[in-house]
Amino acid sequence: MSVWNKQRREEEPAGPLNTNIVRPTPSAPPVEAKKEAITLSSMSSMQTGRMEPDTSRGGSATIGKAVKINGQIYSREDLYVDGDVEGTIELMDHKLTIGPNGKVHAGVKAREVVALGVVQGNVEASERIEIRKDAKLVGDIKTARIIIEDGAYFKGSIDIVKTEPKAAPSQPRPQPAAAAPPVPIAAAASATDAKR
Amino acid sequence: MGLLSDRLKSFLRGPSSSGETGSPAYGGSAPQLASRPGRGESVETRQSRGLDQFFGSFRDQTGLSILDLGGASQENINFITSLGHKFYSEDFLRIFQETFGEDIADQSNPGRIDYFLRRSLEYPDEHFDGVLAWDALEYMEPALLLATADRLWRIVKPKGYLLALFHSAERQRIVPCYSFRIQDARTLRVSRHGERAGSQQLFNNRSLEKLFQKFESVKFFLARDSLREVIVRK
Repeated sequence: MSVWNKQRREEEPAGPLNTNIVRPTPSAPPVEAKKEAITLSSMSSMQTGRMEPDTSRGGSATIGKAVKINGQIYSREDLYVDGDVEGTIELMDHKLTIGPNGKVHAGVKAREVVALGVVQGNVEASERIEIRKDAKLVGDIKTARIIIEDGAYFKGSIDIVKTEPKAAPSQPRPQPAAAAPPVPIAAAASATDAKR
Repeated sequence: MGLLSDRLKSFLRGPSSSGETGSPAYGGSAPQLASRPGRGESVETRQSRGLDQFFGSFRDQTGLSILDLGGASQENINFITSLGHKFYSEDFLRIFQETFGEDIADQSNPGRIDYFLRRSLEYPDEHFDGVLAWDALEYMEPALLLATADRLWRIVKPKGYLLALFHSAERQRIVPCYSFRIQDARTLRVSRHGERAGSQQLFNNRSLEKLFQKFESVKFFLARDSLREVIVRK
């Protein structure tokens, strides 16, 4: 047990946290059927209540197969869903993977989406989406690129959206005042948390 | 010795029914949804005048809505979206198999027909500029076939097109299963994998004209191996 704790501490960033970390506590309510907006980070230990190192997915947040979430998920890191999610999932600049046990009944927005399980809902993947063999996706897809394996089930529409290349950061913007800075996701999530 | 015996038994039994044929029938990986594995599983490339006409009629247009009833395949998605169209996918024969299974009598039941059409072709009227039906209509009994043709007429826009393929003009108890992958505007890669129960419906020019009588025009191309390519225009 102490070995796991040590490893887990090493995974955590040294600086101030920019996302909320959800940890299991003895008095905490069960995770199932939460109807609140939560920000996920490193939830891999939460699914089973045990502290297990998750080296297979490079430290991305994980919703395990025994977890059911009902609500909105915003994440500023990659997310692996192997449980049930109903609501919305927004990762914007990150990758969402729906594992083979994952059941997502949600609208999804992410940079990249990889489906191995079941997805029911519209998906926006700004870079690309992969629908793997044995996956099932019912919904409309908007993406720049799609990869679908033989054996995958897909029902819906595909809209290929050409993304405009981002301007190089070194180039000065012609009208800096006109371009409003994007709202950080953490701030949006905090605002949602504050409403609770 | 036991291992050797198992291997010998497995060899004598022949290839297993799942996962041996490459792409499963109409996207269905579950054995109960797939066609029965049959003899002569093969892949061939063939020219298609019907396909050429279908996409020729949309030349210089983009942003159209094209429905593919053969399930989603990488080739078809790539081809259609590369032309700037919106791709819609229905795994029509999988839903057909899930709804009716081997029960031919059920295909005359109005309630079941309605249920099937709600699952497979529930779209607004005049929604699609084109529908690629491939050979999906070939396995249906007359009552279901008529209802499906009527629904297809409803969801196709005026001046829209539908492409359907029929393998033989004669009634057959067992019909081979194919999947159709677009290689270019006039070339198809056709994979044969397994067999299905055929329809009692006769598919000659006359019966097809009658089937699509609500459409404005019906055009036939007789290709090799008795493949009948039909382009209908609303």
